[in-house]
Amino acid sequence: MSGRGPGLARRLAGPQNRNLWFWVFVGPFALGLLVFTYVPLGWSVYLSFFDAHNTVSPTDFVGFDNYTSMLKNDAFTDSLWTFAVFTAFIVPTTFVLSLSLALMVNRLRRAQAFFRSVFFLPAACSYVVAALIWKMSIFNGVRFGLANTVLGWFGADQTAWLSTTDPPWYWLVIVTVRLWLQAGFYMVLFLAGLQRISPTLYEAAAVDGARPGWQVLRHITLPQLRATSVAVALLLVINAFQAFDEFYNLLSDARGYPPYARPPLVYLYYTALGQGQNLGLGSAGAVLLALIIAVVTVGQARWFGLGRGDEKGA
Amino acid sequence: MTISRRTLLGAGAGLGLLTACGSNTGRDGGGSGGKGPRLSHWYHQYGEAGAEQAVKRYAAAYREADVAVQWRPGNYDEQTAAALLTTSGPDVFEVNGPSLDQIRGGQVVDLTDLFDGVRDDFNPVVLAPKTHDGRIWAVPQVVDAQLLYYRKSLLDDAGVEPPRTLDALVDAARKLTTKKTKGLFLGNDGGAGVLGGTPLYAAGLSLVTDDGKVGFDDPAAARALAKVRELYAAKALLLGAPSDWSDPSAFVQGLTAMQWSGLWALPAVRKALGDDFGVLAFPADGAAGKPAVPVGAYGAAVSARSKHKDAAKDYLKWLWVDKTAYQRDFALSYGFHIPARLSLAKKADALAEGPAADAVRFSTENGHAEPLLWTPASRVAYQDALSRIIKSGANPESELRSVVRKVSAELDRVRKKSA
Repeated sequence: MSGRGPGLARRLAGPQNRNLWFWVFVGPFALGLLVFTYVPLGWSVYLSFFDAHNTVSPTDFVGFDNYTSMLKNDAFTDSLWTFAVFTAFIVPTTFVLSLSLALMVNRLRRAQAFFRSVFFLPAACSYVVAALIWKMSIFNGVRFGLANTVLGWFGADQTAWLSTTDPPWYWLVIVTVRLWLQAGFYMVLFLAGLQRISPTLYEAAAVDGARPGWQVLRHITLPQLRATSVAVALLLVINAFQAFDEFYNLLSDARGYPPYARPPLVYLYYTALGQGQNLGLGSAGAVLLALIIAVVTVGQARWFGLGRGDEKGA
Repeated sequence: MTISRRTLLGAGAGLGLLTACGSNTGRDGGGSGGKGPRLSHWYHQYGEAGAEQAVKRYAAAYREADVAVQWRPGNYDEQTAAALLTTSGPDVFEVNGPSLDQIRGGQVVDLTDLFDGVRDDFNPVVLAPKTHDGRIWAVPQVVDAQLLYYRKSLLDDAGVEPPRTLDALVDAARKLTTKKTKGLFLGNDGGAGVLGGTPLYAAGLSLVTDDGKVGFDDPAAARALAKVRELYAAKALLLGAPSDWSDPSAFVQGLTAMQWSGLWALPAVRKALGDDFGVLAFPADGAAGKPAVPVGAYGAAVSARSKHKDAAKDYLKWLWVDKTAYQRDFALSYGFHIPARLSLAKKADALAEGPAADAVRFSTENGHAEPLLWTPASRVAYQDALSRIIKSGANPESELRSVVRKVSAELDRVRKKSA
């Protein structure tokens, strides 16, 4: 035994330079994550305890004042309700629509690839572009807008889709644009799930006398799609939390944003980054929103039994 | 032909080099190539054709610095507010303000000395919101006014006189509404955004009083706003037009008989309608009321984070104080704006007759600008309430009570900071 181990550099590099290569590949991304995600996140929490109007290096410590004023602010609490209503509607609607599309496309014997592409294509369109098409061409409020033209054939008056609060037609515009944009994407996920179901299950069900249609769907297809369904539901809720583009582009103008249908991200954008430039208050709102998202996500994961299924199934 | 990995890599590297050569530094176009430091000058995107070329031409004529003009589309106010937090922002920039918090936060440079000997020649209505504690923080470039455009022939056909009171406006809008044409266009949000404090001024009130108190804690405010709601409830307002209030398209296309828009739209309206239009101030309401014309001015300011503050101030003085020919050209050649200098406004032939002259007279006699103490937080609270009153039929008294509380708190905040 010589008593001399490998040099420090050699030990750090690891056997066959594995550590070195690990950091060569992971290092830049880890650094990016640190600089562009964790540092701003920490800075935001720091700002939330200061009076930070038009500055990111404030000096006036205000403790929890920003948090209390944000929680007392009706505009912020209204924005949370807006989000809750939106999520309660968009998640099940998209879920059912994309599952229905997947079931229909999956049954096709011909031109399946064509219809799959047709339904998926909107997912490639930007939310901004789609929102502007919806706002300016289909649902504008004048007589030559597409929706008003069609309704005009039946003698209906022109409707200001985005400006009418009673009834709240703006929800129709917001929801349809999102459905059009994302139903195709989730349809592809469901299709992948459907194609993984073994045909022998359906054959066995047929032998046992199960009626094709609702009975097979309920007792074979849906249980077999459970993992996909859980993933789709989680993704839909996360996407709903991130709603910004279509709301902002459909409803905002140069002078601001109406008080209705204002989700939290739009409200925080106006508070912190818009003309308000109240970065302390906006940061407090962001922290509160992050906490709410964390609680909802953990609650949802527990409800779906994420992580437990594997153990039971094992 | 097959493409080898080596060819592909070579082509990629070549393309990268070419891209690097042509990369957008933000300094192309409008650079003066002057002998001094490099200055970046930001403008928001004007709708009028030729305005961009004009400001680049002015910058190119300046010899003491190399000025690069950036013409920025999109949410300009938000862009500049964010850029001022960093050192990569502009040296000189247009600002719809600056806001009180921008001034207090030390984001803009004191420009008071640029006004030596010429302060009285600047329109006092638009200079006031750029002044804080006696110091001036931006040079007003032009004065913009908002007015009520009306189509004479449509009013004549309906037997309606140009409305001089708010009640008459509601009545006229109702009578002018047909299956194809609405009576009035106040913007796609029913007027909540663009009208702002105008109905309050029309009722003889204000947003903030001269001594820094809430200026609309008065029953007359609720009465005036309830009348704007009447317009909406009567379905006399055009809503959902493809372009908003600042563009005269809805008016010239016959979608509406009257439209609230800016003086800048006047050349386009005249081109489309000839003499078949007139302009009015927002009509007065109640015994103490008077007609109201909101005026505002983009100003030119210097960023406090600029590395060349003195050079930026020199350039700004050259352009917006000394070069009166450029100021006149900018105000009158690409759309209609009133020059911010009183002496230039008096000499402007284009503003001497017809609706343009009416507009200038209304702006002078009835003009009011948003006070510096009307902070963004107050504006959002008020606009939200106005939107709820107009569109959702919320009770004006209770909505205004809530806004008065919020604005008082905001005024207390800024007062505390200055104490």
